[in-house]
Amino acid sequence: MSAATDHTPDAGHGDEHGHGSKKSYLVGFALSAVLTFIPFWLVMARPIGSPGLVALLIILFAVAQILVHTICFLHVNTSGEGGWTLLAYVFTGVLLFITIAGSIWIMYHLNTNMMPGMMTGEVSTTP
Amino acid sequence: MATIAPDASFDRDTFHLIEKEGHDHGSAHASPVLLGFWIYLMSDALIFASLFATYGVLSTSFAGGPGPRDLFDLELVAVNTAILLVSSITYGFGMLAMDKGGVRAVQGWLALTALLGMSFVAIELFEFGTLIAEGATPQRSGFLSAFFTLVATHGLHVTVGIIWIGIMLVQVGKHGLNVVNRRRLTCLSMFWHFLDVVWIGVFSFVYLLGMLR
Repeated sequence: MSAATDHTPDAGHGDEHGHGSKKSYLVGFALSAVLTFIPFWLVMARPIGSPGLVALLIILFAVAQILVHTICFLHVNTSGEGGWTLLAYVFTGVLLFITIAGSIWIMYHLNTNMMPGMMTGEVSTTP
Repeated sequence: MATIAPDASFDRDTFHLIEKEGHDHGSAHASPVLLGFWIYLMSDALIFASLFATYGVLSTSFAGGPGPRDLFDLELVAVNTAILLVSSITYGFGMLAMDKGGVRAVQGWLALTALLGMSFVAIELFEFGTLIAEGATPQRSGFLSAFFTLVATHGLHVTVGIIWIGIMLVQVGKHGLNVVNRRRLTCLSMFWHFLDVVWIGVFSFVYLLGMLR
């Protein structure tokens, strides 16, 4: 317990691997600002007409920004905790993708394959 | 039968070796808490995954009610996004100050982060208030139920994060930057950055994609 209550300014020395450096935070912030600004601009100013292309770009920018945050702010790398941090992260990413993409895929087909009389109307005719 | 025992001990040794390798820097990392907290965050991500999936499925179920275009104010969302992003880097500077051992600097950055978090929650509550005043309550349609559940769950997490920052301000003030407080601040750092990652999903998939419909 004495070790726990000790004030040890040296404990964090050489912790660059754990919390990252000032540079990694600033680079992460600059990249995130750009990756946030562009999709907002794409939707608010609408320089590209096709909604499908804009939607694809928004998803790509979101994925890129999530990766930037993971590397620059959460400091996930191959060596942290002997690789278990990264392994848990990748596993969660796979589950996330299966849950979200799978649900939307299945429910979309369920909606379109419903008999017309069973639909309430608003669900099938997307405005 | 006799060959099983050496195998088992070999496995245990290897595992121990791997674990030691990851901890060779800083005593704050010598604890299994950080990995455990990371696993918690990943399970929390799965909660958000189910809420995102629910929203994705119900995002066009308007039941004749208002849709994203009628409701969302993107300028407000852009301000909130900027606030949360800035709060992420102010917390990051707090962690850098912690590495240098500056108690005052850590408290300053934590307080600034908490203020930014509070403005985020305040703007979100203002948005919810506006929606409810317009009659777009969670009971109105499946889309609005899913929207309020997802966004409010994130907002609740941010609120918990602000309370945690408040507790850490008191802890750091009383006990300084000892090993336990460093570990707690590292966990809180992961929690806070994780919430910003979830918000990327919220503003991209709920607000921006919603406005395209």
